[in-house]
Amino acid sequence: MSEDIQTGLAEILEEVAGVAPADATPEKSFTEDLDVDSLSMVEIATAVEDKFGVAIPDDELANIKTVGDAMSYIQKNKA
Amino acid sequence: MSTSDGDVVVTGLGATTPLGSDVASTWDALLAGRSGVSRITDDWVKDFPAQLVARLATDPAQQIDRVRARRLDRSQQVAVVAAEEAWRDSGAADAGVAHERVAVVFGTGIGGALTLLGQDDVLEEKGPKRVSPFTIPMLMPNGPAAAVGLAVGAKGGVHAPVSACASGAEAIRWGLDLLRFDRADVVLVGGAEACVHPLPMAGFAAMRAMSTRNDEPERASRPFDKARDGFVLGEGAAALVLERGDAARARGARIHARLAGAGGTADGYDLVAPHPEGEGAGRAIAAAVRDAGLTPADIGHVNAHATSTPVGDTAEAAAILSTVGEHTLVTATKSQTGHLLGAAGALESVFTILALRDQLVPATANLDDPDDDAAVQALDIVRREPRRARLDAAVNDSFGFGGHNIALVFTTA
Repeated sequence: MSEDIQTGLAEILEEVAGVAPADATPEKSFTEDLDVDSLSMVEIATAVEDKFGVAIPDDELANIKTVGDAMSYIQKNKA
Repeated sequence: MSTSDGDVVVTGLGATTPLGSDVASTWDALLAGRSGVSRITDDWVKDFPAQLVARLATDPAQQIDRVRARRLDRSQQVAVVAAEEAWRDSGAADAGVAHERVAVVFGTGIGGALTLLGQDDVLEEKGPKRVSPFTIPMLMPNGPAAAVGLAVGAKGGVHAPVSACASGAEAIRWGLDLLRFDRADVVLVGGAEACVHPLPMAGFAAMRAMSTRNDEPERASRPFDKARDGFVLGEGAAALVLERGDAARARGARIHARLAGAGGTADGYDLVAPHPEGEGAGRAIAAAVRDAGLTPADIGHVNAHATSTPVGDTAEAAAILSTVGEHTLVTATKSQTGHLLGAAGALESVFTILALRDQLVPATANLDDPDDDAAVQALDIVRREPRRARLDAAVNDSFGFGGHNIALVFTTA
C-alpha cells in the first residue's frame, strides 16, 4: 500500500515539479531538498486529491514538510 | 540630464515567429517570400468571419524545459525563447556585467489571454478550487517581462510597457532612455504576444479589423494593396540587447547596429481609429529622426507598421511621405509574418537592423496593385523581390490602439 502511495506521489512530483522519481523518497523535504515552491505545493495537493481521493485542507498542507509526511497523510485519510 | 554621449548599440538579437524559431530562419524565410499565414481548422472557427492566423513555426513549449514551460503562459514562453537567443547572441553573460546593472523592458499588447480564458473555463466547469495557483503570474501583463528578467538574472529593473501594437517598439525606446540616463549598463528589450483564441479573434473581427480572405491565407495580409481588407493575427516574440557603444566596444562585442534615436507621441484623436493624415505618427517619426541627429534625406529605409487595414495603411503612408519623403525604401513585413501586436515593433526592429546589416530591403508580399491613395502612390514600396541598396539609416515605426505612436531610428554599426 505505502509503495503504491510513494509511486503515485512520485509521479505527481515529476509531472508538477520535475522531481526525478528516484529522488522522491520519504525523508526528503519538499522545499529544502526538492525545490518545490508554495504554489507548486498547491498544485500537488490538487493532484493528490485527483489520484488518491484525499483532499488536503490548507492548514494540513502547511504541516506537510516531507514526502513521508504526505505519504502518511494520504495513508491515514484514504477511504 | 543624460550622463552618456547617447551612443547606444544593439549587440544581441532574438526571435521566434510564424516564419522561424530563431532570427536566422525567420530572416531567411522573409527574404524568400514565404508566408506564415494559414487557415484555422479547429471546430470553433466555423462561424467566424475571419479564420486566418499566423501561428508560430515552432511551439515554444518544445524549446524550453517542460516544468518551466507549464508555469509560463504562451506569451511568456515566446518571450523567454526570444530573449535567451538575444542574450546568448550578445555574449553579455560572459562579459561579467553585474546583475544589478542589467535591466529588462518587455512589452505585450494583450498579455496572458490564453491563461485568463483557459482558467475561466476551469472555473466554470470545475469550480474555484481547481483554478491554477499560477493563474495570476501567468496572466499579468508584466508576465513576459518578469519571466525574461528571471531568465537572465536582471536585477537592475524590469519594466513592461503596454501600448497595444506599439508595446514592442515602446520597450526599445524605454531601453534607450535607461542607457542614456545610466540606469543600467545592459538592457534586454522586446515584445511578446500569443493570444490566438476565439475571444480575441471574435473581438478583432467585431471591429472589422481582420482580413476575411479565408480561401487565400497566404494572400490575405497585403499592406498598401488596393484589395487589402484587414490584418491577420500573428503570435511570437522578438528581443534585442542594448548597451552603450563605448562599453560594448571595450568588451569586443559584435555590434549589429546603433539605436540612434527614438520618438513617441499620442494622436489625441480617437481611441482606435488612426488620425487619417497620420499626424501623430508623423510627429513621432520626425522626433526620432531629430533625436538621431539626422535629416529625412539620411533615412534610406522604413519598415512600416502597415497592418493591411484600409485606414491605417494610408494614414501611415501620409506620415512617412511628409516626414521622410519619397526617396526612402518602404517595406511592410506583416505581409508575411501577420500582425504580432505587442511583439510587432520588436520583430520589425530586428528586420530593420538586418536590412541595414545586409544592405537589403525585404519585399512587401501581395502588393499587386498599390492603393490609389496619393501618398501610397508616391512612396517607393519594395515589392516582388528584396532590393539591394546603400543604407546608412532606417526607421521602424509602430502604432497601437489608444493612439500610441513610436518611431525608432537605427544606423549601421
